[in-house]
Amino acid sequence: MIPAAFDYVAPTSVEDAVAALAQHGDEAKIIAGGQSLLPVLRMRLNAPEMVIDLGRIDTLRGVRDDGDAIVIGAMTPHSVVGSDPLVAQHAGLVAAAVEHLADAQVRHRGTFGGALAHADPAGDLGAPARALGAEFAIAGSGGTRTVSADDFFVDLFETAIGEDEILTEVRIPKHTGWGSHYEKFVRVAHQWPIVAVAASVRMEGGTIAEARVGLTNMGSTPLRARQVEDALAGQPATPDGVRAAAELAADGTEPPSDLNGDAGYRRHLARVLTRRAVLAAAGADGA
Amino acid sequence: MARITLKVDGSTVSDDVEPRMLLVQYLREKLGKTGTVIGCDTSNCGACTVHLDGTSVKSCNVLAVQADGREVTTIEGLADTVDDELHPVQEAFRECRGLQCGFCTPGMIMQSVDLLKDNPDPSEEEIRLGLEGNLCRCTGYHNIVKAVQQAAGQSGAAGRHRAGATTAGAPAEEVAE
Ligand SMILES: Cc1cc2nc3c(=O)[nH]c(=O)nc-3n(C[C@H](O)[C@H](O)[C@H](O)COP(=O)(O)OP(=O)(O)OC[C@H]3O[C@@H](n4cnc5c(N)ncnc54)[C@H](O)[C@@H]3O)c2cc1C
Ligand code: FES
Ligand code: FES
Repeated sequence: MIPAAFDYVAPTSVEDAVAALAQHGDEAKIIAGGQSLLPVLRMRLNAPEMVIDLGRIDTLRGVRDDGDAIVIGAMTPHSVVGSDPLVAQHAGLVAAAVEHLADAQVRHRGTFGGALAHADPAGDLGAPARALGAEFAIAGSGGTRTVSADDFFVDLFETAIGEDEILTEVRIPKHTGWGSHYEKFVRVAHQWPIVAVAASVRMEGGTIAEARVGLTNMGSTPLRARQVEDALAGQPATPDGVRAAAELAADGTEPPSDLNGDAGYRRHLARVLTRRAVLAAAGADGA
Repeated sequence: MARITLKVDGSTVSDDVEPRMLLVQYLREKLGKTGTVIGCDTSNCGACTVHLDGTSVKSCNVLAVQADGREVTTIEGLADTVDDELHPVQEAFRECRGLQCGFCTPGMIMQSVDLLKDNPDPSEEEIRLGLEGNLCRCTGYHNIVKAVQQAAGQSGAAGRHRAGATTAGAPAEEVAE
């Protein structure tokens, strides 16, 4: 119930946070919203000697317009992302995924960057980030570097963020006017999906001109289903039109088997949920 | 030890705490505010819900040091102590029998207040979704949903309960018809 003892600092700038990380090395742990970290510490699955709180760094919070992209600060709470007009207008897929992430209390504390840095393969934000081609700004003592969504997620709970680095913001290319839907399959309320599919489509009349599709919990990292995206281009937004493309959703995936379902069940879910997600994103009947 | 100063239920408090101390522990063990309860070890149940700077959080999943300089409202700070009146949501839970053992109730009420602040006229589905982070092992949730509807001033929500008495503590704008 109660974490092991640790020291605590709450720097007010990214520079100070990075310096604290450099000083304490692998004995330190970043806390953002704490909604994933505190349960881990309370169960004593981890016992850092130093906890560095990003909660007092105001520059890490908020959403801004950056020309052809929007930029979401790492410390922006889920509830703010979910109600932000820029996100709704230009990255509807992110808004759709945040809406059903966890519960209201967790959404008030948990942060956009924290969820992505945590890299839980069942986390809801990785698939939209990959589908929309997000870019991750990572600050270290040598300055800031940018990592693409395809390179950010390395393995289970492992990202490209180094031990002495901090995720500062996430840049999401604008997908203005695209239809979006996040289809999440859960067994109980306010929990991580067994499988979920994130879909955005750009429509031209009744035809899908372009599609972006991401998969949650279909492997050790969130995935982008490019084979589905390619097969959807030029198809009518009808159940028959998207069925063949959706059948490709599980190709090349290695989903986990656990108490919620085995790998075969997850592959089946991925195909069905992809069809539903794409049709719903396209605003079509039959979803 | 870290020095923290914050406002809890309207009073400013200041204490030396271990950084690992959870906000819920601080409220219960240091301040004696045992109205806020602990129902789980996994941050799932919502029984510990309080408001931090006006929004609901699970106080078992926040460090006391993270509340430094901020304002906390617990279930003990909801009622109007001057006029000795329950908060309308408390009153509605009582009237609609939105509780049995009562263990989930402090968290349910705090989350319901938060829900109504953002959405003063929620649909039944919005109420159920808004309370999804709060578990109740007794009621089957129906009377909890009714209580929130009643607090929102929705007509008919009280059903067979005494409609007149239910609105007594509610501010005028929250009373429909
Ligand atoms: C009851 C409950 C239900 C939940 N349900 C869901 C769900 O349905 N879907 C879902 O996706 N998630 C769910 N979550 C997790 C939630 O999304 C968390 O908010 C999120 O995973 C972590 O964000 P945080 O800001 O709280 O990060 P923290 O818990 O503070 O940190 C998580 C990890 O990321 C690291 N980290 C955080 N920020 C940074 C940064 N800027 N730079 C470098 N490292 C960093 C930390 O060191 C830590 O290892 C749930 C959590 C709870 C408690
Ligand atoms: S005690 Fe905090 S969520 Fe259960
Ligand atoms: S009334 Fe007993 S847990 Fe809700």
